[in-house]
Amino acid sequence: MAFITANWNPLGEAFYRKSELYEMCWNLRDGLRDCLVSAAPYGGPIALLREPHKRSPSSRPQLEIYSASGVGIASFPWKSGPVVHLGWTVSDELLCIQEDGSVLIYDLFGSFKRHFSMGQEVVQSQVLEAKVFHSPYGTGVAIVTGSSRFTLATNIDDLKLRRLPEVPGLQGKPSCWVVLNQERQTKVLLSNGPEIYILDSTSCTAVCPPGLGPQAGSIVHMSVSFRYKYLALFTDSGHLWTGPSHLQDKMSEVDTKKSTPPKQMVWCRRPKSQQPSVVLMWDRLLMVAGVCNDTIQFPTEDQCVLVGELDGVRIISSANQELLQEVPLVCQDIFKIASMAPGALLLEAHREYEKSSQKADEYLREIKEQSMLGEAVRQCVEAAGHEYNTDTQKSLMRAASFGKCFLTDFSPDLFVSTCRELRVLNAVRESSVGLPLTHTQFKQMTLQVLIDRLVYRQFYPLAIEICRYLKIPDYQGVSRVLKHWASCKVQQKDLSDEAIARTVCLKVGDSPGVSYSHIAAKAYECGRTELAIKLLDFEARSGEQVPLLLKMKRSQLALSKAVESGDTDLVYTVVTYLKNEMNRGDFFMTLRNQPVALSLYRQFCKLQEQETLKDLYNQDDDHQELGNYYVTASYREKRLENRLSLLQSAVDEYNKAKNEFSAKATEEEMRLLRFQRKLDDEKGAGLLELSLQATMEALLALGLHKQAEQLYRDFRVPDKRYWWLKLKSLAEKEEWEELEKFSKSKKSPIGYLAFVDVCMKSNNTYEAKKYVSKVTPEQRVKAHLAISDLEGAADAATERRNESEMAAVLSRCSTSDRLLIDRLNRARACAVKK
Amino acid sequence: MAHSARRDCPELPDFSLLKRLARDRLIYLLEQLPGKKDLFIEADLMSSLDRIANVSTLKQHEVDKLYKVEYRPVVSTSDQLCFLIRPRIQTVKWIYVANADKAVGRLRKYHIIFTPQKFFACEAVLEEQGIFGDVTTDEWSFYLLPLDDDVISLELPEFFRDNFLAGDQRWVRTAGSALHLLHTLYGPFSKVYGIGRFSKMAYESWREQVEEGEQRARQAEIGTVFLIDRDVDYVTPLCSQVVYEGLVDDIFRIKCGCVEFGTEVTSDKSLKVMLNSQDKVFNEIRNEHFSNVFGLLSQKARNLQTAYDKRRGMDIKQMKTFVSDELKGLKQEHRLLSLHISASESIMKKKTQQDFQELLKTEHSLLEGFEIRESICFLEEHIIRQVNMMESLRLLCLLSITENGLLPKDYRSLKAHFLQSYGAEHLLTFSNLRQLGLLVEQPAGETLTVMESRVGKLVNDKTAGKLTGAFSSLAKKSNFRALSRKLNLVPKSDEEYDLRVPRDMAYIFSGAYVPLSCKLVEQVLERDGWTGLEEVTKLLNGQEFAVTADSSTKSDAQRIVIVVFLGGCTFSEISALRFLGREKGYKFIVVTTAITNSSRLIESLLGNIKGSD
Repeated sequence: MAFITANWNPLGEAFYRKSELYEMCWNLRDGLRDCLVSAAPYGGPIALLREPHKRSPSSRPQLEIYSASGVGIASFPWKSGPVVHLGWTVSDELLCIQEDGSVLIYDLFGSFKRHFSMGQEVVQSQVLEAKVFHSPYGTGVAIVTGSSRFTLATNIDDLKLRRLPEVPGLQGKPSCWVVLNQERQTKVLLSNGPEIYILDSTSCTAVCPPGLGPQAGSIVHMSVSFRYKYLALFTDSGHLWTGPSHLQDKMSEVDTKKSTPPKQMVWCRRPKSQQPSVVLMWDRLLMVAGVCNDTIQFPTEDQCVLVGELDGVRIISSANQELLQEVPLVCQDIFKIASMAPGALLLEAHREYEKSSQKADEYLREIKEQSMLGEAVRQCVEAAGHEYNTDTQKSLMRAASFGKCFLTDFSPDLFVSTCRELRVLNAVRESSVGLPLTHTQFKQMTLQVLIDRLVYRQFYPLAIEICRYLKIPDYQGVSRVLKHWASCKVQQKDLSDEAIARTVCLKVGDSPGVSYSHIAAKAYECGRTELAIKLLDFEARSGEQVPLLLKMKRSQLALSKAVESGDTDLVYTVVTYLKNEMNRGDFFMTLRNQPVALSLYRQFCKLQEQETLKDLYNQDDDHQELGNYYVTASYREKRLENRLSLLQSAVDEYNKAKNEFSAKATEEEMRLLRFQRKLDDEKGAGLLELSLQATMEALLALGLHKQAEQLYRDFRVPDKRYWWLKLKSLAEKEEWEELEKFSKSKKSPIGYLAFVDVCMKSNNTYEAKKYVSKVTPEQRVKAHLAISDLEGAADAATERRNESEMAAVLSRCSTSDRLLIDRLNRARACAVKK
Repeated sequence: MAHSARRDCPELPDFSLLKRLARDRLIYLLEQLPGKKDLFIEADLMSSLDRIANVSTLKQHEVDKLYKVEYRPVVSTSDQLCFLIRPRIQTVKWIYVANADKAVGRLRKYHIIFTPQKFFACEAVLEEQGIFGDVTTDEWSFYLLPLDDDVISLELPEFFRDNFLAGDQRWVRTAGSALHLLHTLYGPFSKVYGIGRFSKMAYESWREQVEEGEQRARQAEIGTVFLIDRDVDYVTPLCSQVVYEGLVDDIFRIKCGCVEFGTEVTSDKSLKVMLNSQDKVFNEIRNEHFSNVFGLLSQKARNLQTAYDKRRGMDIKQMKTFVSDELKGLKQEHRLLSLHISASESIMKKKTQQDFQELLKTEHSLLEGFEIRESICFLEEHIIRQVNMMESLRLLCLLSITENGLLPKDYRSLKAHFLQSYGAEHLLTFSNLRQLGLLVEQPAGETLTVMESRVGKLVNDKTAGKLTGAFSSLAKKSNFRALSRKLNLVPKSDEEYDLRVPRDMAYIFSGAYVPLSCKLVEQVLERDGWTGLEEVTKLLNGQEFAVTADSSTKSDAQRIVIVVFLGGCTFSEISALRFLGREKGYKFIVVTTAITNSSRLIESLLGNIKGSD
C-alpha cells in the first residue's frame, strides 16, 4: 500500500494531497470558459451561466444546474436581465443577482421561487460586483454599486437592507473586497489602491495589516477563510500576506514571484490544523502557499474553479473534480513511510496476519508492550473516516477489528458508528447521487441535514434506506422523508387523482407523524382540489382536516369534520367563518344539519344575539321554542303592554306547536296580569308578578274576599286549593268565627284534620277541638294527638283496632300515664291475637 | 363505620400533588405580569382558589387587592388589572373596563386568565366588544381540585346544564384533559369502562391527547377508570339523602368541601367548617345513616369523657405530658363533637317532622312502584299547599321517571296546579324538564311512533350518535322499573333492614333503593366488563364501552378505581362507593364535574328568567 502516499506533497511539516473525487458526468463543449460558475460548499450543486453578457434576444444565455458530480439537474435559457453573480443559499437555493439589483431565487430544479431587490437606487447605479456569504444568521448578499456604495442583506429570508457608509475616495469598484463576519457583525473589508478599509454599518475605518510594508504594493486580491478566521491578501508585487482576520497579527508573508493577480484565491485548512495554507490559481498554475513560506505548485491544463470547504478545497474542471486537503495527522501517522505509530504497526500486523505470517504476532507484541493497542485501534478507525478510497477504508477497519480482538474492555461504539457513517458517506458519494462529503463535513452538517438534502434532491429511497439503516426514530426519519415524498408526488401532473391518492396511501399508510392534511394542503396549492379532498379522507384526526377544507370552500364538510373532532372551539371557528361567508338562509340551513354546531351557536346567541335566536327558531318552524323565546322575552320587558303583546305572540306560537296546555297557561297568565294591573291601579294592591296563588293570598290578606272569589271562579281554581288558602288566611288573622262559618259552608274537600292543624298552629286548642269530631275515622287518632288528647286518641285507636296507631299513641305517653299505657297494651295484644 | 374494612384495601395515591401543580402554574402566570396588580376573581372560583393559593401567597406575587368580578364599574386604581375567570361569555362581557378606560383616555394593562382553558367564543366576545387587542389572555390549566382524600372535583356545575340541556359540548374536552392529567400523574390506566355518550366522548378526547403526547412507562398507581354520564341515572340524585354528609349538603349546602353552619347550629354567629377526613368526628359519621349518628356521637362523647377523666390521679409529670400531648387534640375533638351534635339536632328538628316522614314514604313507594295513586294525591296536596317548590318538582320528576312518564290527565293537572302555585314562568322549567326526559307525558301509542320516526331520522344522520336529541333521552328514561328488577335495586320491603349493620348499598336510602349508578360500577367491576349486562345496557340506551390494556396483572393499582361522574354526583353516591370499596376490597376515587344533589340538579333546570340563560 505504499502508493497511498504517492499523491502526498510536503508543505512545511504537513503534507497536502490532491485526490480525484469524480470524473465529471457533464459534457461541456467549451469547458468553463466564459461562464459564471458557482458551486455550493458541502458538496453542493453547481450552477453555470454560459456567456452571461450575451444580450440579444435571439440567443439567450443558458443557465444550467448540475450535481457536484456533474449530473445535469436543470437547464433553461436565461430570459431575465444580465446576471452579475450566482450563489447558493444554505438550503441549496440558487441566487441570481442581476445588474439592476434584483435577486431571483430558484430551487435546485430550476423553478422560480421568488425575488427581492437590493434597493431602489441600485436600478440607476447598477450592481458592479456582488458576493453571497453565509453566517449564523443564514445566507446574505452584499453588493457594490456604480456609485461606489455597499449594500448588505444579512439574511435573505428576513430581508433587511443595510446601506453601508461611503468609502472616502472610492471611485467605481474597489480593487478587491470580502465580507467578514466578526463578533456577530457583518463587515466589508476592501482595498482601494494602497488603502485598506473596514466598513461596518456605522463607520468606515482605514486599517493596516501588521507587517505589510509599503514596499509590498497595493492589494489586488483578498480571501477570507471558511469560518472568517483568517485573511489572505495578495499584493501587486506578488506578495501573499496571511494573518488572522481581525488584522492584529501576521502569520506569514510569501513571495509568489507572480506579478499578475491570481484568478481565484481560497484558504485551504482543516479544523485544528497546524499548517493552514492558501490555494492560488492562475491560468495554468495552481499554487499552495503555506504559512511556512513553502509552496507546492501544480500545473493545470484546463480552466478550473475552486470551491472552499470546511476542510479543504475542491477543484472543479470541465473533466474532473479533485479534493485538495491537508493530510490529517492520523493518516500521516499511519501511512508515513517507516512510521512506528501504533496504528501503522497494527495495520502492518493485520497485513501479515492475512498472509498467515508469524510476523503479525511480533508487531502485535510490540504494540502491546507499549500498551498502545487501544490507541492503535482508535487511530485506524479515525484514519478510515478520513480516507476516500473504499479499499483503504476497509483495510483500516479490518486492522482495527483485528486489534480489537486482543482488547477486553474496549468500547465498540466508535468502531460501529464509524462503520455505519462510512457506509452512508460512500453511498452519497456515488456519482449518481453526487454529494462528495468528507467525514469532517458530514459531522459538521449533521445527519438530519444530510437527509434533508437527499430529500430535497428527491433521492427518497436512498434517504429512507439511510434512516432505516441508522435506526433513526420514524418520527424524525422515515416519516419525514415520506411526507416530503408525498408532497412531491401530489405535484405530478401526469398521474390521475385516483392513482396518486392510492400510491400515497399505500406508501405512507399510517406512519407516525405524517399528516395527510399537510399533504392535502400541498395538493390544493397545486390546484388539485379533488385530490386534496381524497387525501384528507385518510387523515385520522378530523380536527386537522378543518382548516384546509375551509380554505377549499368545502364548508359543509369542514363543519361536519369539526363536529366529529369533538373540539368545540374548532366547531365554533367554522361556524363564525360560515356566518361571514354565507347568506343567512344558507347558514341556518347548514346549522340545521349539525345539531352540535347549532346548539353551540344558540348558546352564543342567547347571550349575544337574541334576535338571531328568534330567526333560528323561525327557520326551523320550531314553534314550541319560539313560544318559550317570547315568554322569556316577556320577563325582560318592563311595560305591561309590551309584555302582553309578547305573551300573545307566545300564545300564537304555542297554538301553532299544538301545545294547548302552554297556550292556555299563557293566556291565563295574560288574564291574571290584566287583573292584577286593574287591582293595582284601583287599590294599590301591589299584585303584579305574583302567581295566582300568591295573588289570592294577598287579596284575602287585604280583606278583598270578593276579588279573591272572582279569581277562584274565573280561573277555575280547584276547591281544594281555595279551601286551603282560605283556611290558612282565616287562621292567620285569627278570625275563628269566620273559620267556623266557612267550615260549615259545605263539606270540606280537604277534610277536617287540616282545620285542627291550622288551629293548633296558632296554639288554639279550644278552636281545634271543635273540628276533631268531624275528622274522618282514619285520621281521628292523628287529630286527637294533634290536640294532645291522649285519651281520645287511645279510644279512637282501640276502636279501630289498629296496631300501628296504638303504637303511635303509646310513643307519646309518658310514665305518668300508667293506666292508659296498660289499657293500650291490652288492646294491642288483643288486636295482635286477631 | 361500625364494621372494619377488608384488610387488603390498597392505599390511596396522594392527590395533593394536583394542588401543588395548580399553585405552581398559577404563580408562574402571575409572575408573567411583573409589578403590582389587582386581581379580579370570578365569584364561584373564590373557594377553589382559596384551596390552591391563599391570600398571602397571592400577595407574595405582587397581587395588591382582590376583587370579585361583577357587572359594575371597576374601582381599582392599579395600572395592571388581572382577571381570573371561567371561560363564560357572560363574565367576559363584564370585563368592559378596557372600553370604559378608553373613554376617559386611561391606559392600563389588562390580563385575563381563563381557567381551566379558554374558548374561542370568549375571544370572539372580546373582539365584538372591540377590546381584543387591548387585553392579553392566558390559560390556567387547573382542572382538578381534590376536595378530600378520595374526592376530586372539576368544580364545573354548569357542565350538567350545558351538556345535557343545551347540547353544548364544550366541557367534554375539559373532562378529557382532566382525565389525561390523572393518567399522566397516576396512570397508566389499564382498564377503562364507561357508559353514556359524553363518557365516550371524554374517553376519546383523552385517548387523542394520550396519542399526541409522549408515552412514559411508569408504575401505575391507579389502574381502573369507570366513566358514567349523569343522565344514565337520574333517580339517585333525585332521592332525599339520609346519610349524614348528604343530609348536611341537602340542608346546609356544602360548598367546595366547606359548610357554613348558621346560628341555628352554632347559637352565636355563623361558622365556616371544612368537612373532610381531617375532621376525625365527621370522618366517623359522614357515611352513616342518620338514625345511627346520635348513637355514634354519644359513644364518641363517652370516649372523650374517659380521655378527659384520665387526668384524675395523675402526678405533675404525667399531667404535664397530658397537657402538651393530648389536651389540644381532645379540645379540638370536643369542639367538633359539639358542633356536629348541634348540627344533628338541627337536622333532626327538620327531618323528623311529619311532612318529611310522609315525603320519604311517598318517595319509597314511588321507588317500589306501589300506591302510585296515593302518591299522586300526596303530590297534588304538596303543590297546592305550597309546601316546598323544589321538593314538589323533585317528586314530580321522580314520579315521571319511575312510572315511564305521567298519564296525560295527571301531567296536565299537576302542571296546572304548579303554575297556579308558583307562577307561569315555570312553563319554561317544564319545557326544560321535558327536554331532558325528567318530566314527561306517557306517550300514547300514536305519539310514540311519531317520536320513533323522528329518532330514526336522527339516527340515519351520520352524526346522530353525537347529538343530544331530546327524543333519544326521552326514549331511554322509561325503563326504571325493568332496570330495578334486573339489577335488584329495590330490596324486598317486608324484610327488616338493620341500618346499623348495612348489608348492601341500599343503606344510604334507608334500605329502600340501591343507587343505580353505584350498582353499575359494582357489576362491571365484578364481571370485568359489560358481558352479561346486555339487557341492562339496552335499557340504558347502550353507549357502554370497555377497554382493557393487555397487561392483565392483578396489581394493587387495579383495585384503585376512579369513578368519573360527568354531570355531577351526590354525597350519597360517594358514601355508597366507600361502602362498596370496603366490602369488596376496592378503593374508589370519585372524580366529578361537581358535587350535586336534588336541589342543585333541579335549580340548574329552572327556566330562570333573569339568570344566566
